[in-house]
Amino acid sequence: MSLQMVFYLLVFPGLLFTAVLGLSIGWLDRKLSARFQYRVGPPFLQNFYDFIKLLGKETIVVRDSVHSLFIAAPFVAFAMLVCISTLIGVALFYKQGFLGDLFVLMYLLMIYSIALILGGSATGNVYSSLGAGREIKMLLADELAFILICLVAIVKAGYEIGLAEIAAVQQARGAFIASPSGIIAFLIGLICIQAKMALPPFNIAEAETEIVEGPLMEYSGPPLAFWYLNHFMMFTIYPFLLILLFWGGFSANGLGILWFSLKYLLIVVVMIILKNTNPRVRIDSALRFFWRIAFPISFIALVLAVLGV
Amino acid sequence: MGWYNKRLAKSIWVFHMSGSPCNNCDIEILDLLTPRYDLERLGIKLVGSIRHADVLLVTGIFNQKVAPKLKRIYEQAPKPIFVVAIGTCPASGCCFKDSYNAVAKREDILPIDLYIPGCPPKPEAMIEGVAKLVEVLNG
Repeated sequence: MSLQMVFYLLVFPGLLFTAVLGLSIGWLDRKLSARFQYRVGPPFLQNFYDFIKLLGKETIVVRDSVHSLFIAAPFVAFAMLVCISTLIGVALFYKQGFLGDLFVLMYLLMIYSIALILGGSATGNVYSSLGAGREIKMLLADELAFILICLVAIVKAGYEIGLAEIAAVQQARGAFIASPSGIIAFLIGLICIQAKMALPPFNIAEAETEIVEGPLMEYSGPPLAFWYLNHFMMFTIYPFLLILLFWGGFSANGLGILWFSLKYLLIVVVMIILKNTNPRVRIDSALRFFWRIAFPISFIALVLAVLGV
Repeated sequence: MGWYNKRLAKSIWVFHMSGSPCNNCDIEILDLLTPRYDLERLGIKLVGSIRHADVLLVTGIFNQKVAPKLKRIYEQAPKPIFVVAIGTCPASGCCFKDSYNAVAKREDILPIDLYIPGCPPKPEAMIEGVAKLVEVLNG
């Protein structure tokens, strides 16, 4: 049993699978972005080259930083993402889970953001702390709508709070996305994960042209490599979560694998199109969007779900 | 280091710093990074922070005021870092060589690995220079 757990955590739905798939999908992101700009784009293994190169660079620990926090933050965030990917993957592919693992997932996702905030503010750099401040505001902005759409999935599944149960209900009664409340929650979820992954138009915390990568500015070498890996691992985690919550989960029989891959690719491509066609918004307009537009809409979706629509 | 250098040659992240140029070379570097020349297909990416960089692009004669800052930027970079000097100014001083505020010896400020002369060099010339750097890294 414990050996199986180690396998889950380190190989199949966990570390290795998520990292390799994430870096490969990261290539799709860069290649499609390049085609949007009439460029050729990088070769397939580019993200792997970048990651290996960063592992071999010198690690500079800034003298004015809080050393332990500065070094620990990327690895804590990485550990959180491995746990999250294992939770989601086990529920998706093995239909296993424990009571309330969706809530554990929400907390782990928050710890990831907190690691980014702590890592950014530990450097002692002005731009990094600006980025960390913006990350806090983005967390405040998107978390409310994100939790509400998770509640929609719970309500639709007949008040089941396990990821595997939510998927099982959809396998039995059809995906939630086919209902009005499901599709509203799915679309809001798509925007929320855009914000959680810090992709444009919501890359406010890591604005390259404005505050030079924000919290990541002072990182170099292996810690930066892990931030880089974390970013691409989220390319698998969030679309998988959306499919699990609203789009029927995964079934291993016949065309199930093909359908699952197509759904996943569709979500990723929509995210990349959103990324390439929208300029970065200001922090106040992002906050206003999430609190005045996304929050009421997701609340309406929740009310509809409670009414059974 | 041979194995690592081969990996490094496939993923060169570039940081751009101007050491008191006339700005023509800087504009030409920005041209180099446009979709027309598409350096991302070679794995080259412009980064905003020197901590992420593998190559430091410098332009201009280094004058007295900017020289300490250049030195500091170089020291802030994680090693290994390569310095590529763009334009005739870092190579020979060009028409500014007798300027009152130019540093006497640019090599004392930065260990320059590669000169790409031209006033300003065309983006094609810069790509050729980068290709030479990649060749050296590949051994």
